[in-house]
Amino acid sequence: MFPQLIDTKPLRRAIDDGLNWVVRNWGDGFEAAAYPLLMLLKAIEDLLISTPWWLIVAILTGIARLASRSWKLPVIVLFSLLFLGVMELWKDAMTTMALMLAATITAIVVSIPVGVSMSRSARVRQLITPVLDLMQTLPSFVYLIPTVMIFGPGKIPALIATIVYAAPPLVRLTDLGLRSVDPAVMEASRAFGTNPTQRLFGVQIPLALPTISAGINQTTMMALSMVVIASMIGAGGLGYQVLQGIGRLEVSRGLFAGLGIVALAIVFDRITQSFGKQLQGRIGWRRPDK
Amino acid sequence: MGLSGSGKSTLIRHVNRLIEPTAGEIVVEGNSVLALSLDELRKYRRTKVAMVFQKFGLLPHRSVIDNVAYGPEVRGVGHEERLEKAAKWIATVGLSGYENSRTRQLSGGQQQRVGLARALAMDTDIILMDEAFSALDPLIRSGMQDQLIELQQTLNKTILFITHDFDEALKIGNRIAVLKDGAVQQVGKPEEIVLKPANAHIEEFVREVNKARAIHVRSIMERGDVELCEYSVPMNARCEDVLPLFAEHEWVGVLDDDGRQIGRVTAKQVIRALARHSPT
Repeated sequence: MFPQLIDTKPLRRAIDDGLNWVVRNWGDGFEAAAYPLLMLLKAIEDLLISTPWWLIVAILTGIARLASRSWKLPVIVLFSLLFLGVMELWKDAMTTMALMLAATITAIVVSIPVGVSMSRSARVRQLITPVLDLMQTLPSFVYLIPTVMIFGPGKIPALIATIVYAAPPLVRLTDLGLRSVDPAVMEASRAFGTNPTQRLFGVQIPLALPTISAGINQTTMMALSMVVIASMIGAGGLGYQVLQGIGRLEVSRGLFAGLGIVALAIVFDRITQSFGKQLQGRIGWRRPDK
Repeated sequence: MGLSGSGKSTLIRHVNRLIEPTAGEIVVEGNSVLALSLDELRKYRRTKVAMVFQKFGLLPHRSVIDNVAYGPEVRGVGHEERLEKAAKWIATVGLSGYENSRTRQLSGGQQQRVGLARALAMDTDIILMDEAFSALDPLIRSGMQDQLIELQQTLNKTILFITHDFDEALKIGNRIAVLKDGAVQQVGKPEEIVLKPANAHIEEFVREVNKARAIHVRSIMERGDVELCEYSVPMNARCEDVLPLFAEHEWVGVLDDDGRQIGRVTAKQVIRALARHSPT
């Protein structure tokens, strides 16, 4: 046994008491601050649920057609979505999709500026990288407990946990994409008297878009992988069905809902990947290892 | 002109301060470039110096015409006007019909024409060309050199051209500076360098070079009132232009720009000039 050097009990108690104090005094403030997030999620969810199913199927299949310019992907998307409907999972799937979309949109809004500042300053990168490591490795239950205590069980902590888990790859890939823009092109742009903003929007971001879109793809996938955990604290949706399946030992319920999550993942993964490929083609971008 | 590592690319980047010099000064049109603030430096880059790069540095997400219009765009020229200007320069470099192509669909030579058009569209008096033709195949390179010389006759810009190819320097240079280890070894007209290399390093280049191309007949001719020759060449002809004529003629006259004969050359004079610095 490792010898006890200090008594950690007071430290633990201080942390717990501190959190309780924060919850008591600032809980309302936090909730108000997270209100826009909740509004975003609610708006997306209401929209998805009130839209007739055939319209959603048509829109997503159309997007798949636009993204891939072939017929294979739209067919896959069509069948994945029909599977959700046939298995009586449509409403849960829309709830899950709303959570995923809200988390992805928020992650994009937050991550891209952070990635831009990381790409420009080595110090910011040194500061942010360990935070990203922490966000990706810390078991989500660890930060779920305090978020649930602060916001109460429901959609907000679920959304926040999903964002925390799903945002890091987008930050990293934005940073990487911006930094690996061909230095010859950057130099030419500099020689023409551009200022940093003109270079960022005119050269760096357009050329980093394939990498950034790979980051968005990663973010959607990681957001979907959080849905079961998120449903434990009240996110509902497909994850909740899985959870119920476990609780009632109903293998079929868990299996169908689980396959439903896979179907959603296939739809969004393939669509975002196809868009990424199109962007690559547009700038003649090839993977460095090929 | 200089070998790799001689500091020529660093030197040319000092002119528009893509690389900050650690010592010395850069004066363009009487103004010190080093004294410019960041804002003034950007304005200076937009209006005074354009640049062409060895690796082209084209924007791969834009069409040819939008690449050429990039300079005016950065300067804030309106959409219509800059496209009109870009189309004009694309036609000048012989790329009409490729306006809406993507740059990566073009060959290396065509891409560098886009690079050249992009620099010309800046309307600057000074153009910096950093090994602009070095990445091209020999035949294409030769064609681009001819095109640059031809363009320069109508444009009359100050072109600072960096190359590691002595032949290229002789062909397109009016004045050549030879660099080695970051220091200038010799500055002069092409024939001055060929006929009077300043040191052993330069002599090494000169030995390899086609002197018949480097030496102008005017620098070796016999000046003065001589009897009119049967056949004449203009003043800026080179030795290689007159050599075939000696098969038929003993003397070849040299004419000034108005077509008056100002001297003559003999086969002997040409041979003497060519033999002077040949390897012994």
